[in-house]
Amino acid sequence: MRRDIYQAIADPTRRAILSLLLVRAMTPNALAEHFDISRQGVSNHIKILTECELVKQEQQGREIYYSLQVKKMKEIDKWLDQFRKIWEKQFGQLDDLLLTMKKNKP
Amino acid sequence: MKKELQFDFTVDKATKKVFIIREFDAGLSLVWDAFTKPELLDQWVAPRPWVSKTKAMDFKVGGRRFYAMVSPEGQERWAIQKYTSISPKTNFKMFNTFADKDENPELPGSDWDYTFSEQDGMTTVHITIYNESLARLEKMIEMGFKEGFTASITNLENLLAALSKK
Repeated sequence: MRRDIYQAIADPTRRAILSLLLVRAMTPNALAEHFDISRQGVSNHIKILTECELVKQEQQGREIYYSLQVKKMKEIDKWLDQFRKIWEKQFGQLDDLLLTMKKNKP
Repeated sequence: MKKELQFDFTVDKATKKVFIIREFDAGLSLVWDAFTKPELLDQWVAPRPWVSKTKAMDFKVGGRRFYAMVSPEGQERWAIQKYTSISPKTNFKMFNTFADKDENPELPGSDWDYTFSEQDGMTTVHITIYNESLARLEKMIEMGFKEGFTASITNLENLLAALSKK
């Protein structure tokens, strides 16, 4: 299933997982220790993050490590910029409206 | 000739607030009307091609604006703005929530504060948005609309700041 990046960050546990992985790659067990929810719950969150391509899975010896895909995170930065642009657009529309209102004033 | 109008957009991580400052080349009365009269709001507040439709609006403390953002395909996104404080031509505050078409709010919402001031025929509007939680991120992106600024942005900004330090 194809998911998008915003689904990944729409959940506080997943954001917490991302913050932990910022510091270093971690095994599923090490990650799960940071949360009160069940191991299966944590594992589901990791699955979603992996499907969103924010987290990559790597086999090191017998252990699986999860690491953060920094490049993918940058997409969120672009998203913020998009929002600024939406505001700009709205205000541009208001500028036009104000101009019309001024002209129509007796 | 178009004047260069101030436009600031900042996010305060610690207080979960978004600050917007925008200058308009018009007098205070006009700008105030554009922000507080439904027939005027509907003309600019939706980023085209979305259209704003105000179903009901009572601009007084305790009153509300119930409106929809309508997509070109006719999809409706309803929201309620409840006015919590009004000082005419100076400031107003509201509490904003998404809603269904029957006006049932979907909590949590966000607090909005608008302050207006005029100098030399130019009007400056300061907008502060406070959001407790990150509710409808995807919906908001879909709408391409402003309500979306939430605490999530605070988290994102923290994350991005940490990433850029790497």
